[in-house]
Amino acid sequence: MTEAKAEPVISVRDLVVSYNGRRVLNGINLDIMRGETMVLLGGSGSGKSTLLRHILGLEQPEAGRVLVNGVDLATSFPKIRSKVQRSIGVAFQSGALFNSMSLEDNVALPLREHTRLAESTISLMTWMKLSVVGLADYGGRSPQELSGGMKKRAAVARALSLDPEILVFDEPSAGLDPIVAAELDEVILGLKRAFSMTVVVVTHEMASAFRIADRMAMLYQGTLIAMGSKEELRSSRHPRIRQFLDGVPDQIVDPATVDRYFDRYLKGGLR
Amino acid sequence: MTTSVLESLGKSTLRQVEYVGSLAMQLRAAVGALRETMPLAGKRDRWRAAVRQMLVIGVDAFPMVGIMAVCAGFILAMQGASELRRFGALNLVVNLVSIGFTRELGPLLAAIAVSGRSGSAFSAEIGSMVVTEEIDALRTMAIDPVEFLLAPKYLGALIALPCLTILSNACGILAGGLFMRFSTHMTFGVYLRDVAQSIVLRDVFAGLLKSLAFATIIVQVGCMEGFRVRGGPDAVGRSATAAVVKSTFLVILADVGFTAIFYLLGGS
Repeated sequence: MTEAKAEPVISVRDLVVSYNGRRVLNGINLDIMRGETMVLLGGSGSGKSTLLRHILGLEQPEAGRVLVNGVDLATSFPKIRSKVQRSIGVAFQSGALFNSMSLEDNVALPLREHTRLAESTISLMTWMKLSVVGLADYGGRSPQELSGGMKKRAAVARALSLDPEILVFDEPSAGLDPIVAAELDEVILGLKRAFSMTVVVVTHEMASAFRIADRMAMLYQGTLIAMGSKEELRSSRHPRIRQFLDGVPDQIVDPATVDRYFDRYLKGGLR
Repeated sequence: MTTSVLESLGKSTLRQVEYVGSLAMQLRAAVGALRETMPLAGKRDRWRAAVRQMLVIGVDAFPMVGIMAVCAGFILAMQGASELRRFGALNLVVNLVSIGFTRELGPLLAAIAVSGRSGSAFSAEIGSMVVTEEIDALRTMAIDPVEFLLAPKYLGALIALPCLTILSNACGILAGGLFMRFSTHMTFGVYLRDVAQSIVLRDVFAGLLKSLAFATIIVQVGCMEGFRVRGGPDAVGRSATAAVVKSTFLVILADVGFTAIFYLLGGS
């Protein structure tokens, strides 16, 4: 099933991150192997997006290191960092397509910036990338004219633009209906099969996660509480993982307090 | 009490120092990126983006700058005339308007117009891109946002603002001529001859030099405010306001500095 080799393409070592004195990531250690699909799970505020931003070299860690193909993006020279970043394609949660450009121009942008290919070749390559995600007929449209699912697929086409070695998805299913979300999962699986890429997906959608993952890691309050295969995670007895998998809500409001509030409200005690 | 005042004073000073430091670093990066924006030598599409910016910053501002300069020219001529008439020196209005505009008002009016129109637009555009993760997307594609977004704006402003300054000078001086025509029946030919005699080329160049500095301030502050946006759409609005306020303030501050330097050098 997995073509993973025992060679980490992304290594996170003792990563510590704080914002305004609040610890967000608490000594994360994680290896993502070449060719595998790693799904990073976690609830809102668990630190998964922060971890992703550090993997992408968008933030400087407070302590620890993130190595991508052996290069620390936070401390490397700009030319080396640029080379490594070009080997990572990213599909952001919102799509992050440039609204001032057409879909074609969005996908062609990395090619225009980083290659000296003729415009006709770039057009052909752009058309191919858009075809992979089923948007070949929409190249002339602007991003505002696309539906949520199409935007996400267009973001995937742009992420594929430079034929990356690593493909990263931030919440690919968020805000999509189950059918469109499943379609996007199929696109991810198809890409994985066709190009043998390393895929990193950050999500909290369990159905999607179990559909696409080779391995999963779960974050809770900035700490990695589990890492393993789908089966290992599914059979875990860890209370937090069970709560997450079974969709049990946290007890954030005391029912007695709510009852007292309504009693006072009905008796006119609230002003 | 004293400690808290000192503490807040220290914090505020540190914030200002950090802001100026960040501006200096951004300027350094922008100057370095200008080469990539040049025609032929630069990356493809960058020069085209710079030309687009020249049109937006410069050509679109022509009517506004022209009208502002004509109004300011009339005001200066009328205020000057009301005092100079008492000394029988009404013809000195020509010198007042022509020197006042080439040295001071021309570049300043153009800069204030561009700061209001384009400074806020730069910050809103970049700020929105921060909010929608477009800046992050650029960085993950190994595209430097300073080179991609700021440098074309900077080159556009460096060319457009001196052009607007020349337009502002011309409109202001033209307004002075109209005033003299109606108040003293001075012919336009005589007026232009007097203008030519009163203007020193050095003053014109000093005004253009100022406009380059003002263009630098407006673009750097506008873009910096955009890049610093954190949060949602309300933060974009705040950054646009801050861009106009800070760049106008810094333009006037720089103008004082330039005028003092030229004065000490024995010019104006």
